[in-house]
Amino acid sequence: MEHENHYLWQHKDLLDVTQLSREDVRHVLDLAESFDAINHRPVKKVPTLKGKSVVLFFAENSTRTKTSFDMAGKRLSADTFALAKSGSSINKGESLKDTVWTLQAMNPDVIVIRHSSSGAARFIAERLDCGVVNGGDGWHAHPTQALLDCFTLRRAWQNAFEGRTLLILGDIAHSRVARSNAHLLSMLGVKVRMCAPRTLLPAGRETWPVEFVGDVREAVKGVDAVMCLRLQLERQEAGLLPSLSEYSRRFCLTPELLGLAKSGAPVLHPGPMNRGLEISAQVADCPQSRVLDQVSAGVATRMAVLYLLATRKDGGNQQ
Amino acid sequence: MKLCVRNARYLGAAVDLFVLDGQVQNMVPAGHHQPEPDAEIFDARGLVLFPSFIDAHVHLREPGFEYKEDVASGLQAAAHGGFGAVMCMANTRPVNDNAAVTSFILQQARKAFPQGGPRVYPIGAATVGLKGEEMAPLEELAAAGCAAFSNDGRSMENSELLRRVMEYAADLDRIVIDHCEDASLARDAHMNDGVTSGRLGVKGQPDVGEAMHIARDILLAEYLNLPVHIAHVSCKRGVDLIAWGKARGVRVSAETCPHYLLLDDTALEGYSANAKVNPPLRTPEDVAALRQAVRDGTIDIIVTDHAPHAAHEKECPLDEAPNGFTGLDLSVTLMWRLVREGVLEEADLERLCCRRPAEIFKLPVNMFAPGDPADFFLFDPDARWTVSPETLYSKSANTPWLGQEMTGRVAAHWIGGRRIA
Repeated sequence: MEHENHYLWQHKDLLDVTQLSREDVRHVLDLAESFDAINHRPVKKVPTLKGKSVVLFFAENSTRTKTSFDMAGKRLSADTFALAKSGSSINKGESLKDTVWTLQAMNPDVIVIRHSSSGAARFIAERLDCGVVNGGDGWHAHPTQALLDCFTLRRAWQNAFEGRTLLILGDIAHSRVARSNAHLLSMLGVKVRMCAPRTLLPAGRETWPVEFVGDVREAVKGVDAVMCLRLQLERQEAGLLPSLSEYSRRFCLTPELLGLAKSGAPVLHPGPMNRGLEISAQVADCPQSRVLDQVSAGVATRMAVLYLLATRKDGGNQQ
Repeated sequence: MKLCVRNARYLGAAVDLFVLDGQVQNMVPAGHHQPEPDAEIFDARGLVLFPSFIDAHVHLREPGFEYKEDVASGLQAAAHGGFGAVMCMANTRPVNDNAAVTSFILQQARKAFPQGGPRVYPIGAATVGLKGEEMAPLEELAAAGCAAFSNDGRSMENSELLRRVMEYAADLDRIVIDHCEDASLARDAHMNDGVTSGRLGVKGQPDVGEAMHIARDILLAEYLNLPVHIAHVSCKRGVDLIAWGKARGVRVSAETCPHYLLLDDTALEGYSANAKVNPPLRTPEDVAALRQAVRDGTIDIIVTDHAPHAAHEKECPLDEAPNGFTGLDLSVTLMWRLVREGVLEEADLERLCCRRPAEIFKLPVNMFAPGDPADFFLFDPDARWTVSPETLYSKSANTPWLGQEMTGRVAAHWIGGRRIA
């Protein structure tokens, strides 16, 4: 395609979707499509990033996202090195700054960071020469999750975002997934709607490009897709909810509730799911559920992101 | 010892200041008197004269946190920042809740300036260990030199204990300074609760937690007919409550800081730990209300809340960083920005940083009357300088203005007629 020959990825890091243009997003998604084809071949490996190294620095528990990035790197023949929380020094009183400089001394091409502090990815990106991918920072951002959700929805919606309505249901206030998706999808012309008990809504939401709907049945009515968010058990402990059973009674996505959405509306969940809490088992396993598509989209999307960051300095990213 | 400071600008007029043996002899229109032949002459043309400022809220960090600041470095920053007196908070290690710690702080101050430097007035802990559980030995602290009492950065959750501290302190002719914050509304928060915190994904604390405690303190002060001083007011709701209290005749006084008059919570964009402070930077509406309040006297005084922290403590993710800014070096320069912008006049600065704090805390003050202590500084409004660890006298450079170019700086400073900067 003509436009791709002239496209140049400008970003050293991927910290938040807010840094991306529509053109950037389309390029990432198109690239992910081509990598997804590789993932369905008998031999799922290409030499594209041979000789490049990717460090997976996960200072917060994660198995899915880490495995997804690991597989993405390996399928492109990059060497991946994991630095898990227990294996790193951050529990031994080493500051993030010192950890980062240690990593830098190993001269990787890309570092993927997952950290419980909002802003942590930006903190290390400002101090490192290599590319940094934000694999989730606190409540702030999770750009590859939003991109993979976008990838999944693009397929489910046959490439047409404009005029669609997405409902994000659940703990918005503490969700980096919700923040990143709200920005990315509204930039692409999707009408984003959110619904949660008020105790789980963010401050300053009146400035968000989002429609907040209090009543869950009203919220689901007529939407083109529903994204459920994982409810962390600590929200109840922090006094934001009376009980998990009451949450489930009010907000669990059941077949009956999903029936209010447009027929066949895809259901997304960033995982891991609390079956019976925010999503019923029937919905999780129904044909509308795209949860497993999201997982495979995750590998393809992260391949695209790693490729773009790792080859940025090699003179163009033409695919 | 005779000194004549000639051609200084004081409240818009050119003056000569005559000093004799550490005291003001007189201040007259420039050129009115010839200095005596044995007087030292200082030509202050182009410089602005102020009586030394009083900073009623600083953290000198000694004993216990000398890597952030010690009494000597803090007083150097005060000397070069135009402060002739500082009131230091009790959150040292050990806490200043007994005479031994108070005496140690005063002794370190004497060591730092054996011939006399910025005057130090410790603020004693209101409760033992600042824990908010038992009253500290207030008489012992007052006798050792504490000028006021406060639970410092920890809010007094126990209203009954606060009431008793206010009563007990009143017998000692001391005032209680209260850090107003509802602890439950501020728990685990790192900035103001609002649009910016929601976007950044950072837990915020609403200003109503501060305002609720201000309201409580005003009601207690009214009920007891005793004075209370509200520390570092950061929000419009707090200003409104203080105005209400004053209108009712309550003996409430209040302070704010230069950063609340100049910055809002958008300074936290980018997760800058150097913009993290408690109470947090609020909104432009709060800034506007505070500017009006220092003009009209609703807020009585401006303090720095000088809170030095080592570089490594602030070079971390926002939620791991401690609260606070270094301030003594920068405060006058920042307040001068408000004068340049027309928010305040020179006379307002003198009222907010010198006369009112002296009244509230009953401290000696220079009003340029014959016999007053010759504590004064000259400010060069045109001096250009850049904020960096090298240009600050404090040990720490934790300020949102780090790296920025500033206009105006203290050029010279005398305490008791002796030049200290």
